[in-house]
Amino acid sequence: MVAEPHVQIEGLTLSYGPRAVVKNVTLSAPRNGILGIVGPAGSGKSSMLTCLNRTIELTPGASYTGTVRLDGQDVRSLEASDLRRRVAMVLPLPVGLPMSVYDNVAFAPRLAGVRRKTELDEIVERCITQAALWDEVKDRLDMLGTRLSGGQQQRLTLARALSTDPEVLCLDEFSIAIDPVTTMRIEAVLTELKERMTIVLVTNLLMQARRIADVTAFMLNGELIEAGPTGDLFVFARDKRTNDYLAGKFG
Amino acid sequence: MPTDAALPIEPLEARHRRQSVVELALAAATALAAIPALAIVAFIVYKGAPAISWAFLTEMPVSGMTKGGIQPAIVGTLWLVGVSLLFSVPVGILAGMYLSEYAGESRLSRIVDLAIVNLAGVPSIVHALFGLGAFVLFLDFGTSILSGGLTLGVMTLPVIITSTKAAMQSVPHNFRVACWNLGASRWQTIWHVVLPNALPGILTGVILQVSRAAGETAPVLFTGAAFYLPILPTTVWDQTMALSMHVFALVTQVPNVSEELKYGTALVLLGVVLCFNSFAIVLRLYLRRNRRW
Repeated sequence: MVAEPHVQIEGLTLSYGPRAVVKNVTLSAPRNGILGIVGPAGSGKSSMLTCLNRTIELTPGASYTGTVRLDGQDVRSLEASDLRRRVAMVLPLPVGLPMSVYDNVAFAPRLAGVRRKTELDEIVERCITQAALWDEVKDRLDMLGTRLSGGQQQRLTLARALSTDPEVLCLDEFSIAIDPVTTMRIEAVLTELKERMTIVLVTNLLMQARRIADVTAFMLNGELIEAGPTGDLFVFARDKRTNDYLAGKFG
Repeated sequence: MPTDAALPIEPLEARHRRQSVVELALAAATALAAIPALAIVAFIVYKGAPAISWAFLTEMPVSGMTKGGIQPAIVGTLWLVGVSLLFSVPVGILAGMYLSEYAGESRLSRIVDLAIVNLAGVPSIVHALFGLGAFVLFLDFGTSILSGGLTLGVMTLPVIITSTKAAMQSVPHNFRVACWNLGASRWQTIWHVVLPNALPGILTGVILQVSRAAGETAPVLFTGAAFYLPILPTTVWDQTMALSMHVFALVTQVPNVSEELKYGTALVLLGVVLCFNSFAIVLRLYLRRNRRW
């Protein structure tokens, strides 16, 4: 099976001032698959993710070279808002915006010009359901999003990310601040969602990558050490550093 | 680690004692600060209340200001404060917004910050001279509500800018990142998320400055306030009386004014300021009711 990769990162080097945190990384995410990116803290995983939807450009002092292609198209040739609606992002700490649960999810569609109540209702229900949160919040959609529990807020964040109907969903260590049960629920959601979108999952839970990633990449100190089908990588890593990391010798 | 080398622990009693001493000292300092403020208000109410009547508030002064009401001063103060706000609120909020959201960290932005903080410390009489030179003479607005209001506006601008900036910076950065990730532009993020949450803080700055604009005498002394002008202003080009100026005049410039009239005028000034403040406080509470994170 040789499908064209959905997201293609080529020769990406990213620096904050003089300090390079991602060094010449080339990596691709298969269409309708989950690309897991693992590596110890500070290995440049999260920074790399911000290049996919160009939020890196909003960080003062950051610069990058190299190319990120979405469906073969350089993301820099796309309009930033359009790109960010196509490449959604879920951040490590849940951020409920200080507005109602409903408005959190309706926010992006409204910005895009959706005004009809029925249409918004439909989007809100669909996204919150997809994020496995509907049953818990359906009776209190007008409650402040920031009043939900941490695990609920993270699922709200996921629902919000889905509200733009993205083709790529990036998650940056989404489970860092939530309980194991919620984590498993979201993992189940992700394996369903990949039928319809491509998922890039940055995680430092090796088992998480092993459970759900189709392809896993290992990064260390800003370099991509190796990448391959998850089963192969966990069993026959070619590089000693990968083996050591996967065996829990560091990181 | 040897546990028997524990830190020497003070006896519980001594710690409790010190706790209460600190608490007492803090409470005493608070009281010390509150007493003069309450005393001043009580004194002015006590001395001025007998002068207050409907006629006092709605009639013109007569007999060289020693009798009659103070209506033109009240109306004049409202005009002056209104003009100053029309200038300082939009300009101040936009400038604060720029400094918080767009300017970033650079040598230039630090210099601008420093300049604004210094401007806030300039004595009001210096603002008055600036207003005289810039608005009355150079721009040839004459001695008018416009000149006086703009002078007050310039005086209040720095605090409105700094409080706007501070209020916007207190909105967690996460919210902005979350919005950007949803495809919201910088401006959409500011408009939909940052500004609504910063509004109560911005209002606090504005409230303080309204009181200051209503109360200051010096800035309007040469620029807009008339000593004695028993007619109501109709346009911003008119001169006007002002409460602060009127108190100053009654107390120091006019012979044979009853104590009651002086304190009555001061009480009205206090009341006007209080009205502005309570309006803003209610607005602030209303805006704040839904904001929790």
